[in-house]
Amino acid sequence: MNHTDPTDSETSDADRSSTDTLGMTRSDTTAKVKASIKKRYARERRFRLYGLIAILSSLSFLAILVFTITKNGLPAFKQTFIQLDVTLDAKTLGLGDEPDQAQLLKANYNGTIKKALLAQFPDVKKRKDKKALYKLISKGGQYDLQRQVMESPDLIGQSKTVWLPAGDDASGYLKGMVDVTIPEKKRRFKDNQIEWIESLKQDNRVAERFNWTFFERGDSREPEMAGIKGALFGSILTLMVTLILSFPIAVASAIYLEEFAPRNKWTDIIEVNINNLAAVPSIVFGLLGLAVFINFFQLPRSAPVVGGLVLSLMTLPTIIISSRAALKSVPPSIRDAALGLGASNLQVVFHHVLPLALPGILTGTIIGMAQALGETAPLLMIGMVAFIVDVPATITDPATVLPVQIFQWADLPEKGFVEKTSAAIMVLLAFLVAMNTFAVILRRKFERKW
Amino acid sequence: MMIIRSVALLALATTLLYFAPSHAQTARDQISIVGSSTVYPFATVVAERFGQTTSFKTPKIESTGSGGGMKLFCSGIGVGYPDITNSSRQIKSSEYQDCQANGVTDIIEVLIGYDGIAIANSVEEDQMSLSLKDIYLALAKRVPNPDGSASFVENTYQTWADVNPVLPAKDIEVLGPPPTSGTRDAFAELALEGGCKQFDWIVALKKSDKDEYKDACHSVREDGRFVEAGENDNLIVQKLQANPNALGIFGFSFLDQNSDSVQPSLIEDHEPDFDTIADGSYPVSRPLYFYVKKAHVGVIPGIAEYLTEFTSEASWGEEGYLADKGMIPLDEDARTSAAESIANLEVMAEP
Repeated sequence: MNHTDPTDSETSDADRSSTDTLGMTRSDTTAKVKASIKKRYARERRFRLYGLIAILSSLSFLAILVFTITKNGLPAFKQTFIQLDVTLDAKTLGLGDEPDQAQLLKANYNGTIKKALLAQFPDVKKRKDKKALYKLISKGGQYDLQRQVMESPDLIGQSKTVWLPAGDDASGYLKGMVDVTIPEKKRRFKDNQIEWIESLKQDNRVAERFNWTFFERGDSREPEMAGIKGALFGSILTLMVTLILSFPIAVASAIYLEEFAPRNKWTDIIEVNINNLAAVPSIVFGLLGLAVFINFFQLPRSAPVVGGLVLSLMTLPTIIISSRAALKSVPPSIRDAALGLGASNLQVVFHHVLPLALPGILTGTIIGMAQALGETAPLLMIGMVAFIVDVPATITDPATVLPVQIFQWADLPEKGFVEKTSAAIMVLLAFLVAMNTFAVILRRKFERKW
Repeated sequence: MMIIRSVALLALATTLLYFAPSHAQTARDQISIVGSSTVYPFATVVAERFGQTTSFKTPKIESTGSGGGMKLFCSGIGVGYPDITNSSRQIKSSEYQDCQANGVTDIIEVLIGYDGIAIANSVEEDQMSLSLKDIYLALAKRVPNPDGSASFVENTYQTWADVNPVLPAKDIEVLGPPPTSGTRDAFAELALEGGCKQFDWIVALKKSDKDEYKDACHSVREDGRFVEAGENDNLIVQKLQANPNALGIFGFSFLDQNSDSVQPSLIEDHEPDFDTIADGSYPVSRPLYFYVKKAHVGVIPGIAEYLTEFTSEASWGEEGYLADKGMIPLDEDARTSAAESIANLEVMAEP
């Protein structure tokens, strides 16, 4: 509080001039008011400044967060490929004359890739060097090859030029994330590997493409083969169950409590309980889900249906509370007018009050759904924190969700998962923005002014 | 309009609730695995490969921690319960009893390999060389009285040089996992107790007062010299990069992946690598196990094949893909005999 000197002296001057006559003259009051006006303005300016500082600092934090995530995550949307000439001879693949599906699945595709690499670099003779050479190609490369052969088995016996995903370290190097100035001993990507990659580059055998794998596959332990699709679908399925369960139930209870229920001890108790439920830590809902849905109702573990049930318990109170507030904010004149024109109570609610309250209800729903989207703790108890490769198709398939995927990738030792983690965060944020936009559009549609 | 929509949604919700239970007790065609987060990075590699190279579905692996996994595993027999649990320690006798009581009588135990625990610092600083005794004296809550008498005093060592004059005069600052972590248990048991045992009178204490011995040898100091840095080993590695004076405790596979930024300390003159951990000369390593319900083999499709995949040379062998991920393999004889007994589904005895 900086008290300015001129104001002080002005006040004391005025005091002196007025004391000898009335004790309180007009000029005296004006001076006082003038002085306090300055103070009041200063106070307002300070308040505005504090607000501005608060907003600017939170904006800068947000900017730093978005910047680091984008910076770390962007490389994940690119995937590097290496071109090789593989010979798919039955001997290397370990196949007989008439291989069946099971044999084709198990065939030694890795062997053919290794052979192709050795053919590309015939000078590599030492065991250790060979091992380093094999690491240039992702372990997932063999599955790409496997898929191609399974689709058209007549490839066996032929030579084929294929693009295979580069290994974790190699793609890190190609994306410029390896510091080559570090002494070789301390570097994961060794000098000879750099030499090989550079020579492949010169032969135009290295390419960088958009990383469709990231959007087309489920989880994997090889960072270059890991995808977000499984978690994304898991999140969509879980949220669908949550929305379908919690929205109608919550809106119906809010309408009943707000418009029809009598005011008595029982409704008070219910209201207090709903408010308390909104504040219960989410892990408690997970424990409840484990005890009730999995142990008692025998629903499958790790399934989006259980996840959705648990999360809808969690979001119900949020939606109920905001729906009640929205219903309460509809002016009583609207109800009176409708009743006056002969509408029944039900007609009043569904034709007039609910449409007007809908924007508020939707806001509450979206807040609840956003909470549910980011939740991991209750899902731990019901087995959704898991390594699941297959993309879920129904609500009873094992699945995991986006935040769990982020958590799990952040925990893995491979360097390649750092970029995947950030990319997954970006997908989660995009999902959230899409959800919010949808809600805003709906709200616009229903919004009415009076 | 709105009413119809709400009623339709409600109806959908009820059908959902109604139909879901009927799904429950039908057969499961996917192996369900729970357990240790230390074994998780290795088991997932096997599971993924198993899913890719066979016609079976990829097993589902939950990371619940060793204790939590064992509890789920031992709750009963049937499709609602997991088939396999991973563990970074051997099953406890109490857990085995629990299993028996719930009808899980025949359990197959598989020792898959070892995981080293590294104590590392940033590459910008000099590499440390510690003995187990140094580690114990630097990190235990109570240490033997420096005057040599057979009693404990609060740990007041401030620098490594206080602990052992040959060590640098740097402040003791160690980042490690919290007590909920299996890595912390193993660290306390192998490193702290290992150093603790070098005092004869403390060993004598083990016979007279077991609880006191355990408390003295397993408790970590709480005066801020040991910082609990969370379960995430990547985070500890990052913090070491930011703070070159600190040491960090984490799993060997993280050391392997971050050799450009952190270096391991020598413990008892040995640097952790595949050879020293496998032959036991690097003292801080722990066994990794998984346990299988024999009753589920043949009922849930693929369990026997999963066991075959896990115990194949291409997987857990010295050149196998698990070693590539940082797991320390068993020696060859142990692998051969283990693979044989697992192929015969030999049941474990009570621990």
